[in-house]
Amino acid sequence: MRVDGRGLLDRSKSVPFLFDGVRYSGYEGDTLASALLANGIRLMGRSFKYHRPRGVLTAGSEEPNALVTVGQGASQEPNVRATMQEIYAGLDARSQNRWPSLNFDVLGMNDLAAPFFGAGFYYKTFMWPKSFWEKVYEPAIRRAAGLGALSGQDNVDKYERAYAFCDLLVIGAGPAGLIAALVAGRAGADVILADEGSRMGGRLLAETYEVDGKPGPVWADEVLAELGAMDNVRLMTRTTVAGAYDQGTYGALERVLHHEGRRPHGAPLETFWHIVAKRSVLAAGALERPVAFRDNDRPGIMNAGAVRAYLNRWGVSAGRNVTVFGNTDDIHRTARDLLEAGVHVAAVIDSRHDAPLSDDYPVLRGAQVCGSSGRKGLESITVRRPSGEEKIQTDCLAMTGGWNPSVHLTCHMNGRPTWQRDIAAFVPTPGAVPGMVVAGACNGAFSTAACLREGAAAAGEALGELGFTVPNLAPPQAEDAPNEIAPLWAVPGKGRAWLDFQNDVTVKDVIQAAVENFRSVEHMKRYTTQGMATDQGKNSNVAALAVLADATGRGIPETGTTTFRPPYSPVAIAAFGAGAEGMGFKPQRFTTSHKATVARGAPMIEAGLWYRPSYFPKAGETTWRQSCDREVRMVREAVGVADVSTLGKIDIQGPDAGEFLDFVYTNMFSTLKVGRTRYGLMLREDGHVMDDGTTARLDEHHYVMTTTTAGAGDVMKHLEFVTQGLRPDLDVAFTSVTEQWAQFAAAGPKSRELMNGLLEAPLTDEDWPFMACGPVKVLGVEGRLFRISFSGEHAYEIAVPARYGASLFDVLTERAEALGGGLYGMEALNVLRIEKGFITHAEIHGRTTAFDIGMGRMVSAKKDCIGKTMSERPGLEEDGREQLVGLKPIGESRELLAGAHLYKEEAEPVRVNDQGYITSVCYSPTLGSMLGLGFLADGPARYGEIVKMVDGLRGVTTLCEVVNPVFFDPEGGRVRG
Amino acid sequence: MRITCPHCGERDRREFYYRGAAVDLDRPAPDAGEEAWDNFVYLRENPAGVTRDLWYHESGCGAWVVVTRNTVTHEVLGSELASEARS
Amino acid sequence: MDKLSANTPCEGLLPLTVGSVNLTEEDPGAMTSIAPYKGRVKDLSAALKAAHGMTYPAANRATGKAGARAVWFGHAQAMLMGPAPDASLAEHAALVDQSDAWAVVRLEGDGVEDVLARLVPVDLRPAQFKRGHTVRSLLFHMSASITKVGEKTFQIMVFRSMAETLVHDLKTAMEGVAARG
Repeated sequence: MRVDGRGLLDRSKSVPFLFDGVRYSGYEGDTLASALLANGIRLMGRSFKYHRPRGVLTAGSEEPNALVTVGQGASQEPNVRATMQEIYAGLDARSQNRWPSLNFDVLGMNDLAAPFFGAGFYYKTFMWPKSFWEKVYEPAIRRAAGLGALSGQDNVDKYERAYAFCDLLVIGAGPAGLIAALVAGRAGADVILADEGSRMGGRLLAETYEVDGKPGPVWADEVLAELGAMDNVRLMTRTTVAGAYDQGTYGALERVLHHEGRRPHGAPLETFWHIVAKRSVLAAGALERPVAFRDNDRPGIMNAGAVRAYLNRWGVSAGRNVTVFGNTDDIHRTARDLLEAGVHVAAVIDSRHDAPLSDDYPVLRGAQVCGSSGRKGLESITVRRPSGEEKIQTDCLAMTGGWNPSVHLTCHMNGRPTWQRDIAAFVPTPGAVPGMVVAGACNGAFSTAACLREGAAAAGEALGELGFTVPNLAPPQAEDAPNEIAPLWAVPGKGRAWLDFQNDVTVKDVIQAAVENFRSVEHMKRYTTQGMATDQGKNSNVAALAVLADATGRGIPETGTTTFRPPYSPVAIAAFGAGAEGMGFKPQRFTTSHKATVARGAPMIEAGLWYRPSYFPKAGETTWRQSCDREVRMVREAVGVADVSTLGKIDIQGPDAGEFLDFVYTNMFSTLKVGRTRYGLMLREDGHVMDDGTTARLDEHHYVMTTTTAGAGDVMKHLEFVTQGLRPDLDVAFTSVTEQWAQFAAAGPKSRELMNGLLEAPLTDEDWPFMACGPVKVLGVEGRLFRISFSGEHAYEIAVPARYGASLFDVLTERAEALGGGLYGMEALNVLRIEKGFITHAEIHGRTTAFDIGMGRMVSAKKDCIGKTMSERPGLEEDGREQLVGLKPIGESRELLAGAHLYKEEAEPVRVNDQGYITSVCYSPTLGSMLGLGFLADGPARYGEIVKMVDGLRGVTTLCEVVNPVFFDPEGGRVRG
Repeated sequence: MRITCPHCGERDRREFYYRGAAVDLDRPAPDAGEEAWDNFVYLRENPAGVTRDLWYHESGCGAWVVVTRNTVTHEVLGSELASEARS
Repeated sequence: MDKLSANTPCEGLLPLTVGSVNLTEEDPGAMTSIAPYKGRVKDLSAALKAAHGMTYPAANRATGKAGARAVWFGHAQAMLMGPAPDASLAEHAALVDQSDAWAVVRLEGDGVEDVLARLVPVDLRPAQFKRGHTVRSLLFHMSASITKVGEKTFQIMVFRSMAETLVHDLKTAMEGVAARG
C-alpha cells in the first residue's frame, strides 16, 4: 500500500500497466514490484520445482522470486525481474510457471509430494529404464519445472555492441561510487560511472540517511548534477558491469529501452559495452541475506533492506502490520522507518540476547522466528523464545541475516574472497583484479561515512597511479554506526527452511548433501543445485556454505566458497552476439559481376566470405545437372566465361623477390622468364601441402602470385610470417591485389577469338604461348592477360582494374554468347577440373604431401624451402601411402560418392581393409560417365585394377577401375592448341 | 585481453591471430638432424608461468609480434616485433 | 567497338544521412601502396616530399592534406592517395596500384565518434584521436583503415568487395546512435 508523504516518486504522474491481464496503476519511477506491492499484490510467482507461491524478496537485481514475462509474441521476454522492470504505460507483464493461473496452480501439488523430491531426487529416481529418460522423464520434468518460456519466434529486437574507454571506471553509484567519481571528475580524469539502477544513489535512495546535513537523495542529486556537467565524466544508468576481464576490460550491459514502451526505428533494446579502463573502483555495495527458517518463503516475508527501500524510495509499505526479525541493528532502523511512516510494527524479534530495547515497539530479545503460516501470503509467524513459542499475527515480516559484500567482480579473474569474522561475511582479497580498487559496502565497510571515506580514498589511489593530482576533498559528514552482528544462518527446527528460493533448495537438502559425502562446496552445489539459478546464489551462497560448514564440522573459511563467474546478473545471448545474428555473422564479399550474375538467376554459393555462382540456369532447364552439363560442353566446344576474381592475388616486389619465392614454393621461381607463369606448390613446415596456384613474373623483380580462394588469407599470413619471422634478411615487399583486379577466365577453343575482339593486337601462339603473361590493353583499359587454364582447354585469364569489372563482364558475356558460348559456374568449373585431374582443397586437405598428389618431383633438390626437410621423412614417401588416382565406375551401380572409402574388390569393407577414399566426384558429360578423384594405397601402380567403393553412410557400393587421374586429353594438346 | 603491438600500441585481442610458441622463429638448418626438426615442428612446452608466443596483428598493421605473458596470472609482460626478436 | 565503363565501389549505396551523421563515398583519386625497401624510408620520405609535398608517415599517422595524402597503412607500407605516384618513388619502394582495391567513405557530423564506438575497438574520441591520426583496426568484422581528416570527419576504407557490408554496418550503428537522440 502506498504511504503518504514517503518516497521519491512524482505522484502527479500515474502510469497504467497490466499484470496477468489485470489493469493496475503506479507512478513514474515505480518498478513492477513496487507498483504491485502498492496495489496490495504479494503473490508474484511460483517456485521452480515445487510451484510454491512466492512474493518479492528483494528490491534489486538479485531478486529470486518475482520473475515475470514481459511483452507478447516475438518480443516476449521471460524471467524479467519485477524488481528491475520499470513500469510504463502499456507494460504487459505475466506471472510464470503456473497453470492455469497464479492463484490456482495445478502443479502446486508437487509441493505435497515434496518429501520425495529432495536433493538428488532426479538422479536417483529417473535412472531406469535408460530409454525412459529422453522419452518420458525429461519431457515431463521440463514441463513441470522451469521458469518463463521463450516465444519460439525469431527475436525482432535490435541489440547493439559498443566500445568505451576511460581512465577510471566506477562500478556502482551509491555513496562510495558517487564520491569516487566526484574525486576523479574533479581531478580531470576520464571517468565512467555505471550503475545498474534506473536512478543513481544506491542505498542513499533506500534509507533515511543524511549526508552533510542533507537528505541522502538530495546529496546524491547534487553530486550527480556536478558530474553531469563535466565533459570528462560519462554517467551510465541502467548499466550493469557484468564481468571483469584481462587487462582492464569490463563487460557491461546497458538496458536501453526496457523501461519504455516505444521502439524507435533502429534503436537498440540493449547495448553490450566493452569498457577498457586503466583503473576501476568497485563500489557495488552489498546484498542482504535472508534467514532460513521453516516456511520462510511465504509471500510477505522479505528482506528488511527491501522493506525499507520500498518505503523510503517508492513510498510503499510492504504490509499494514509488520514484524521484523534479524541479528543486526538494521532491524531497529527498519522498525523506526516504518513507525515514522505510520505503519504498525507488531514486534521486533532480535536474535541477539543483548539487543537494544525500545519504547516505541516491542522487542523480543534472544528470540527467533521458527515458522510462518498463511494461504498464498503471510498471516502469522511463530516466534521461539526460551520461555516457549508464540504466534504473532502479521502480514509482512522484514528479515535480515546481515549483508554480503558484492565481491563477485573481484572473483572473475580467479580471485578468492577472504572471510572476515567481525562482519560474518566474505570480503574481496586486495589485488584480485589488477587495476581494481574496492570501496564501501562491497569491501565490508557498511556505514555511510565509511563508504564515503573509502570511495574517496579508492579514487585517490587509482588516480595517483595514473599520475593525476588528487583534489583534496573533505569526506562529507554521515552516519558511522558500527556493524554489530551475531551470525544467524538457519533457525533449527522441523520442516523446510529455504536457502535458495529460486531453485527450491532447503537447509535439509544441504545437510543431505553433506550426509552423502558431497562435502566440497562445489559438490554440494551441484548435488542440490543451490546457487545455480539465474540469481547465481546471490541470496543463498553464504548461508548454504554456513549450513554445510556446520554439517561437516568445519569453519566457514575452511569450507571455502564457490567461484563467481561472469556475468554478474543475466545477460541475453542476443546482447553478447549483438549485430552478429544472421548475415551479420561475417562480412559478405561480392565480386564486380555479382549483380549481373544474380540477375541471370544463378544460385550463389559461399566460398569463404565470397559469393560465387553455382550455375547459370537457362529456360527449360529444371535441374542443376542440366545447366552444369551444358556449361561443361560449352567450354569444351566453344568458350565459357567465369569470374575468377576471388582467387587470392599477391603482388611481390623487391630485389629478393625470386629468392623469397624459391623459399616458400617447392619449385623454382627465380629462374622463371619474365612474361611467363608457373604453377607452384607450397608446403607447410611439416611437409604437407598448404596451397597451390600460379605465379607470374611481370618483371625482373616483380611477380604476382595467385592462391586458392579459400587459402588467400592463410597464404598472406604465411608470407608475412616467413619474411618477418624467418627471413627478415630478404628485401621483398608484398601487397594483396585481390581487390584491385577483376579477373575473368575465358576457356575453350574459341577463347582466343573472344580475346582478340577485346585486345589491340591479335594473340598468336608465338607471342602468347601456353603460360605466357603480360600487360595488354582491354578495350582501351590497361589490363593483364595470363594464358593459363584450369579446364585443360585453350584458355586465358584477363584482368582489369575492378572499376571496369562489371562492364567487362557484360561485354565478355555478350560476346561469348555470340560465339556459341556463355557463362559457367562453380559446378561446371569443378567438372572441368576433375576431368583433367586438377586438384583443389578437396585433395590438398591438410594430410597429403606432394608425393601423394603425384608432384613429388616438384620439390626441388637444388634448394631449401619451407616444408622440404620434413617432407623427406621416410614415412611421407614410403610404399603403401595413399596416392592420387582417378576412378571410373564399372558394373551395375555407376554411382560414385565423395567421402566413400576404397577396398580391394574381394575384401570385407572394414577399417583394417581400408585402402583409401574418394575426395571429388562429378558426372562428366564429356566422357559420359561419373568420374572420381581419390587417394588409394600405392595407387599409381594399380591403374587398371578393380577396387570397391563403399559408402557406409549412404549404403552405396560401386566397383571402380583405377585410372590415371587425367581422364581427358592426357597429352594436353588442347591447352596448347 | 589486450596486447601491445609495437607499432599500434595496446589493442583488443580480437585484432590478433594466435599462432603458438615463439619456437617457430628458430628454424633449424636443413641438415640439423631429426631431433632438431622434431623439436622445431612438434615439441612445445606448456608452461604454468611465463611463455613467449607469436601473435599476428591481422586486423591491424600486419606485424608478427612476440608476446611474453604469464599463463597463470594472465599478465602481458612485453611484446616485440618478430623481425627483431629473432635477430 | 565497346568501351568499358567504370563503377565506384559504393555505387547505388550512398550517400546516406541518419540523424546528424552523413555517410558519403569519397573519390580518392589514385591510390598507391608504397612499401619501402630495406633502409630506404629516409630517401623515400625525401622523394615523397619533393614529388608530392608530404613525408612518409610515421606509424598511426597520415601526412599531406586533402587531395594528396599519405596514410600509414601497416607495418611496412603507406597508401598514397590522390596523385599518381611520381616515378622517382619506385627507386625506394615497391609501388602497387590500389586505386580500385578499396571502398573509401567519409563519415562526418555530430556524434560521429559514437557511431564508430559501435564498430571499432579503438578509442577514437577527439582527446585521443586527432586530425592526422590513423589506425588499422577492425570495423565490426572487417579490416579497416580509419583516418581522421577533419574535426568531425573520418575517412574509412575497407576492401572494395565488402562495400555493402560496410554501408550496412555503418547504417546500423548510425541508426542506433540517432535513435537515442
